[in-house]
Amino acid sequence: MGHLLGGAVVGAPVKRREDPELLHGHAKFTADLTLPGMLHLAVVHSPHAHARIKSIDTSEAEKMPGVVRVFTGADIVDKMMRLPVIWKPAGVDSHFPPHPYGLPGAQTALATDRARYVGEWVAIVAAETREQAYAAVPAVKVDYEPLPAVADAEESLKEGAPLLHDEAPGNLCTHFPIGDRDAAEKAVAEAEVVVQQKIVIPRQVHNAVETRASVGNYDPETGEYTLWTNTQIPAGNHYMIASLVLGVPYNKVRVIAPHIGGGYGSKGYLYPDAPLVLLLSRLVGRPVKWVDTREGLFRTTVHARGQTHYATIAGSRDGKISAFMSTAYASLGAYSSHNGPGAPTALTGRSMTGAYAIPHPFYEVFLTYTNTNFVGPARGAGRMESMLVIERMIDLYAREIGMDPAEVRRKNFVTQFPYDNGLGWNYDSGNYAGALNRALEMVGYGDIAARKAEAHQRGKRLGVGLASYVTVAGVGPSGRMGREGLIGSTWGNTVLRVHQTGDVTLITGSQPHGQGHVTTFSQIVAQELGVDMERIEVIHSDTKGVPYAQGSYGSRTYSVEGASIYESAQRVKDKACKVAAHLMEVAPEDVEYVNGKVQVKGAPEKAMGLSDIAVMAWFAWNLPQGLEPGLEVTTYWDPADFNFPFGTHIAVVEVDEATGAVDLVRYVAVDDVGNVGNPGIVEGQMHGNIAFGLGPALMEGAFYSPDGQLLTNSFQDYAIPRASGMPNFELDRTVTPTPLNGLGAKGAGDVSEPAPAPAIVNAVVDALSDLGVRHLDIPLTAEKVWRAMQTRGE
Amino acid sequence: MSEQAAQALLEGQSALQAVPGVPVTLTVNGQRVSRMVSVDQPLVSFIRDTLNLTGTKVGCETGQCGACLVLLDGVSVKSCAVLTVQANGAAVTTVEGLAQGSDMTPLQAAFWDNHAVQCGFCTPGMLVSMTDLLQHNPNPSEGEIRTWMDGNMCRCGCYQNIVRAVRSVAEKTQSAGGE
Repeated sequence: MGHLLGGAVVGAPVKRREDPELLHGHAKFTADLTLPGMLHLAVVHSPHAHARIKSIDTSEAEKMPGVVRVFTGADIVDKMMRLPVIWKPAGVDSHFPPHPYGLPGAQTALATDRARYVGEWVAIVAAETREQAYAAVPAVKVDYEPLPAVADAEESLKEGAPLLHDEAPGNLCTHFPIGDRDAAEKAVAEAEVVVQQKIVIPRQVHNAVETRASVGNYDPETGEYTLWTNTQIPAGNHYMIASLVLGVPYNKVRVIAPHIGGGYGSKGYLYPDAPLVLLLSRLVGRPVKWVDTREGLFRTTVHARGQTHYATIAGSRDGKISAFMSTAYASLGAYSSHNGPGAPTALTGRSMTGAYAIPHPFYEVFLTYTNTNFVGPARGAGRMESMLVIERMIDLYAREIGMDPAEVRRKNFVTQFPYDNGLGWNYDSGNYAGALNRALEMVGYGDIAARKAEAHQRGKRLGVGLASYVTVAGVGPSGRMGREGLIGSTWGNTVLRVHQTGDVTLITGSQPHGQGHVTTFSQIVAQELGVDMERIEVIHSDTKGVPYAQGSYGSRTYSVEGASIYESAQRVKDKACKVAAHLMEVAPEDVEYVNGKVQVKGAPEKAMGLSDIAVMAWFAWNLPQGLEPGLEVTTYWDPADFNFPFGTHIAVVEVDEATGAVDLVRYVAVDDVGNVGNPGIVEGQMHGNIAFGLGPALMEGAFYSPDGQLLTNSFQDYAIPRASGMPNFELDRTVTPTPLNGLGAKGAGDVSEPAPAPAIVNAVVDALSDLGVRHLDIPLTAEKVWRAMQTRGE
Repeated sequence: MSEQAAQALLEGQSALQAVPGVPVTLTVNGQRVSRMVSVDQPLVSFIRDTLNLTGTKVGCETGQCGACLVLLDGVSVKSCAVLTVQANGAAVTTVEGLAQGSDMTPLQAAFWDNHAVQCGFCTPGMLVSMTDLLQHNPNPSEGEIRTWMDGNMCRCGCYQNIVRAVRSVAEKTQSAGGE
């Protein structure tokens, strides 16, 4: 990589350093780990959505071959606390089961007297092999008394609905309103045009191909608990497990995240298994391992989305929007996940107006408890829901006033930055029309009528749909997050150490699970310090060696952790300059750091290389007065605010006249994430965003029966996008840097995920518009579309 | 599950457990291995748990995700859906056996060149699947690649770059053949 020295390393599509061990099959994931004497765990799940647990008889199971012990809630209830909830929406009342420390509470690791959703963990079998553990599960006899259940958020609020928690009257966790309701209602009343629509967004299951897994080991001699688990937030797990669940000293817990087979948000939680494998290892005196099944994942790994919106858009006949309102209903599940309230309150609510300057916005959500699995963020968290709603409403409004949807968007785009959207976000920078125009050009928007006519000849209805998005990224400014209700912090942190040899170690607080952090971060260090990539190692994901760190989620890594690396590099260069200037006997202001060496300004032949500076800083024989030995910095970097990536996506669909099958024939995406570190990696993230986003539009959805049975338990009844179901995505980027960090970079990992659903729905509705179809809820299965064609939207 | 159903299941299991292990001999990544295995052990468990070759992954255990693909006598199969005893006498190639040591096959190198790996969990199955495809059809079209890939799930959404990687191998093969 030496040829890149002095050239642009940042911004080059460098091949990933992570790939060789993944391509050879040598990378170890959690399920690949084996410890000597390890036992295997299998979970006994509740088959009932709501039931009293009258008794549990484990005697027969404990006689099964290889079974060492069966644990029930009674065995652990006095040894570990209820899991905590660390997001309590600010400024409103909210109701949770109580955690012993006065925090909001989530679930207990095992149910004791009552199970509140299908799949809830009731007992655990520990056996010599995984097969033996699973074989004993049916032998655990649980005597249930079924209770009435409720699965739907709106139903759960009705008089007489079954109640889940004594602490939450009427099943209401919280009612969260933002914006000026009176002003918005007044603007709606006075508007020339008002359009209303109910929009239902079903639950999505992240479905990482790797299920969740944990290995726990307790060492009785040191009193140390070590957890290997596929978590996006190792330090968050460490802190919550030690301090808020097991109640053991922080420095007696170590959390290691091995390679992770995809997260998309689903592994960014504190789950029951994490503290449980540690406690059970202590109780049985052996390491224990749990690897979930796909069915277990469907039932008890977090779900996402699941919102119903009643939306209103109001404006003038000539296309100027004056007000937007939405009232939403969302369920947390039977218990909150540790950050469950975040997505439907702040992330959805504050993002409701999207790319548009709307004078009078208002949003409210009723967050309820239902007899369902818990809900939390997924890739595009909260913003997928808001972008689907606003982008549908823009199209409905355009249709009502007979204006081209692209023109309505252009007329209402935010154009002045920074921009306060009136719901709590402050947009940093943007050029929304630039991305829209580029996308229209790429898709050939002017030729659509001709292409519709051509498709009609083939028995197809062609439709085109736009989605212009703005998604909050770069979590986050810690004080801002605290005011939002997060009980935690969200800065980035880095240790950057130049060894006495000139080799570099970077310790990062982020947690990679497929995003190529090791490569991208090495690029920043290589660029800034002028060091070969091969001489840079990156350490992460082990809380023993990494200072408290935030992990990876919500498109925060490059623009927050990356920015902290950039700051660290500036501080290393600054110190290197001081050391070198002292040794070269010139004033510090007379030297500059250029391509891996410190040189005298105007006399570049007088210079010291980084290795020479590092070894002299290490010897510390002759340092400037007051300067510490060594060439190492620790940086905690807290962004001043969030950043706001944006873009426009366009879907072209063909709907089969005879069957209603939707074929996504073209997909154009123009995204703007500011400056980019590795375009090869960012392009891959954009492919991932589209693939993850088109699933719910066309085929995905987790559904419960009204009494809380999960109807989508496997890949046989829950469809996932596959290669042949998508076209070659046509991508481009515009570049509008953020002023908020040294890299000028915005988030990228999940920012465009919200675009495909509205783009595709808008396209299908466009294809059916002459039939009178105004709106369709996702997923747009052939049957649903066919029925809409038959009933003409009635 | 009803108590009766549970009882039937338990009886079925004890009947299975009463069957002693049976001997099998396979050639795995070029090495002959002989073991006693239970009749109900899936091949993926033999590969991962018995031989500790953990490159082959398990995603669903029901034959839908494709993470567990291996070559069985040169043909890609879902090793969660094949019993070890059914593979007796066969040659198995796992991801670890595609190339020697730190070498890469042209396909592995093309994955690397084309950013076709993200989390890497589906990668072993994808490599096995695409290796099989290229053996059958050295110059597959984009559509043929995508159709062949339908047995493999990639939730990171790497499909497009995998298609590009496979096409680049095909193009190199074509131009080499044309010289």
